[in-house]
Amino acid sequence: MVEQIDLSQVNWARGQFALTAIYHWLFVPLTLGLSFLLAFFETIYVKTGNEEWKRLTKFWMTLFAINFAIGVATGLILEFQFGTNWSKYSWMVGDIFGAPLAIEGIFAFFLEASFFAIMFFGWEKVSKGLHLFSTWMVAVGSNLSAVWILVANGWMQFPTGMAFNPDNARFEMQNFADIVFSPVAVGKFTHATSSSFLLAALFVIGVSSWFLLKGRHELMAKRSIAVASIFGLLSSVYVVFTGDEAAYNIADKQPMKLAAMEGLYRGQESAPLVGFGIPNPYKEVGDSADPFIAEFKIPGLLSLLANREAGSFVPGMYDLAFGNPERGIRGVQERIASGERAIDYLGSYKKAVSEGNEEAAGSYLSSFNQHREDLGYGYLDKPTDAVPPVATTFWSFHIMVVLGMLFPIIFILFMVFLKKGTVSSHRWLLNLGIISIPLSYIASQAGWVTAEVGRQPWAIQGLLPVQVATSNLTTAAVQTTFFVFLVLFTLLLVAEVGIMLKQIKLGPEEK
Amino acid sequence: MIGQLDLSTLQHIWWIIVSLVGSIFLFLTFVQGGQTLIFSVAKNEEEKTLLINSLGRKWELTFTTLVLFGGGLFAAFPKFYATSFGGAYWVWMLILLTFIIQAVSYEYRSKPGNFLGARVYEIFLFINGSIGILLIGTAVATFFSGSNFILNEMNQVTWQTPLRGLEAAGSFFNLSLGLFLVFLARVLGGMYLLNNIEHEELESRCRRSIWINFLWSLPFLLFFLISLMIREGFAVDPASGEVVRQQFKYFYNLIGFPVNLALCLLGLGMVIYGVVANVYKDQKNGIWFGGLGTILVGLAVFFLAGFNNTPFYPSSVDLGSSLTIANASSSHFTLTVMSYVALAVPAVMAYIAFLWYRMDRKKLNLAELEGEGAKSLY
Repeated sequence: MVEQIDLSQVNWARGQFALTAIYHWLFVPLTLGLSFLLAFFETIYVKTGNEEWKRLTKFWMTLFAINFAIGVATGLILEFQFGTNWSKYSWMVGDIFGAPLAIEGIFAFFLEASFFAIMFFGWEKVSKGLHLFSTWMVAVGSNLSAVWILVANGWMQFPTGMAFNPDNARFEMQNFADIVFSPVAVGKFTHATSSSFLLAALFVIGVSSWFLLKGRHELMAKRSIAVASIFGLLSSVYVVFTGDEAAYNIADKQPMKLAAMEGLYRGQESAPLVGFGIPNPYKEVGDSADPFIAEFKIPGLLSLLANREAGSFVPGMYDLAFGNPERGIRGVQERIASGERAIDYLGSYKKAVSEGNEEAAGSYLSSFNQHREDLGYGYLDKPTDAVPPVATTFWSFHIMVVLGMLFPIIFILFMVFLKKGTVSSHRWLLNLGIISIPLSYIASQAGWVTAEVGRQPWAIQGLLPVQVATSNLTTAAVQTTFFVFLVLFTLLLVAEVGIMLKQIKLGPEEK
Repeated sequence: MIGQLDLSTLQHIWWIIVSLVGSIFLFLTFVQGGQTLIFSVAKNEEEKTLLINSLGRKWELTFTTLVLFGGGLFAAFPKFYATSFGGAYWVWMLILLTFIIQAVSYEYRSKPGNFLGARVYEIFLFINGSIGILLIGTAVATFFSGSNFILNEMNQVTWQTPLRGLEAAGSFFNLSLGLFLVFLARVLGGMYLLNNIEHEELESRCRRSIWINFLWSLPFLLFFLISLMIREGFAVDPASGEVVRQQFKYFYNLIGFPVNLALCLLGLGMVIYGVVANVYKDQKNGIWFGGLGTILVGLAVFFLAGFNNTPFYPSSVDLGSSLTIANASSSHFTLTVMSYVALAVPAVMAYIAFLWYRMDRKKLNLAELEGEGAKSLY
């Protein structure tokens, strides 16, 4: 099977998935966060009866809808791409992975879709109470859909609650609760949603800052900033907290990813955290080159973050690839050998079953069972295949962290100057507010790059490498769809940004 | 409770659930059908805007139902998901593309700064309503005519033609179902618009459009149904699990199971009644008969394909690779979990119906397009 694998096709399929996921995630975080901000704004309107708050809500709602539509468009392809481009994946784990996607449809998408129409067109048609309820339901629905897709993603990062069935050649679900409440799934959900709230808060602050700079709609802008900065600050505290939890989980469940995030080639006790560093692009796992061209490290902090103990041992990429018996780490090298035997035994078992030779089948099955934990490793060629692209993982992680530290400061500054009543007079602050919009998108994307590039080569951590998960497609077919999506999504993005900017310039409806 | 059901029962229940979602989708394609009417039924920009705004309040329901249909198949019959999507690559990709361009078109069409211009978004809507539905119809017809794939011992699919699913459009049998669905969607679209908007001239044009499209749909429906009844179908020998070709298989499935026959006749009767009520009785409620009738016929079609020892996704090049509800399904555990989840579906449908009712109590008219909120129109 391995010799049939066409690496270039795999990489185009990877590229297509990355492309569609990146585009999708350009729109989703704003939906997740702005939906709650709309609910806050409208709640204030209903409580106070002040029509200004209604105008404000409707203004942000227009931007929400523009963004929402393209989020839906790019999301469609992500769901079906599992089937079209990753059909072996779909068969091997569909028994587990399909369920959260279907549940997402039943519980979340219909909430969003049905209440969206009321929220957007129902101002005149339903009571104030039902309208407010609908706005809240859109927020709940959007975030519920995040729950289920992140349960699915969390399972790919940390597969649990299932077992391999050699007769069907697939993994089957054994425990649904384990999958839904897996620490990785919970961590993914809380970190991804809270960071999205943060992004939406910065979006509202940034757009409001522009109005203040232009001296337009000042009251609306200040009110928006007041709500968004509180929401943003609370979210950013939570982002830091959940980010720490995520790092702890990664250290436990995906130590190779953690090592790549920090450029840690050789494991050590009291491992330092790289505060700033430029990784050496020529460094290979196992050679003696210096991992960094320049670096500034904080001693013991990585050990503390990873294991909650400053002096503890954190394994490096070398230890994980080649093993470290002293620390009880079974290396990839050893697992490849074992995995190759698992593949052989599985093939022999299937053959014996098809020939009706029960005795031989039983014997092959028991041999397979001794190696089944390493099945996925059998598809790797060499130990370093299990090492993700270090530079990309390192940079994306550090960009995310640095920006994540900056955002709470921005929220606090806006809160302080708003309270003082001088927010409009500080042009530097307003400009910072505008710049923080792209920065928040960069941070958000960087987070996903860390999560997804950092787990390569695995489609499902430790079980299924990406190259075994693809469909039997020609490279040309995948290339074609890659470029079709690239062109189409780019066109739609240009249109979306154009419409957004125009709507912002137009501002809220006149009284 | 559900966990005590045996695997075969769960597989049957899930085929019914998936069929129901698929059939509801067929009803909801009135949105797509309506999208193909915007250039013919509407005579000026104002009328076109009225039509698009009426459809725009429902498009997400159709879209979401399609996504749920895919998700349900993935969860309940993952081997179908892997085989068909990974195999018939081009046909699915094209279908998806037509829905991607639909999703942005409502929101972007009338907004200033939309880069491509309103006309392009209207064409996007038309493409989704015509080519999208045509391809879905041809894909569904392969449930009866078979596809060109082989599964290996690890259940991995290899497609035998470079067209990867598009070859299905070369068969008039498949095409006839696709074309029938296009005209049916246009009939339903006209029915929905007639029910949803308040505009005298548009109403009379909708009535005419319903009638003409209904007439156009008939030859394709008849061709499809007659061919289906007399063609050689695919059957599974329940004892050995072997798949064989069998003459008149779908005819036997129809008459052997009175439920199928009843669903089919009642459904067709309701659609016809809906058309007559709209066109000759001057009523506006035809959509309810047309919609429910479509769901019933849809159920009958899916039941013919999947029940009574019939492979619902047959391979015409390797009979042994054909998918049945028994060999393509998820495990007992997963189907049980999903069945508990499905218990919530009636509640979901109830709130959708309630919201729909609340929103549509007052019909959409030109005055509303000029009222408060005109800026947020589609």
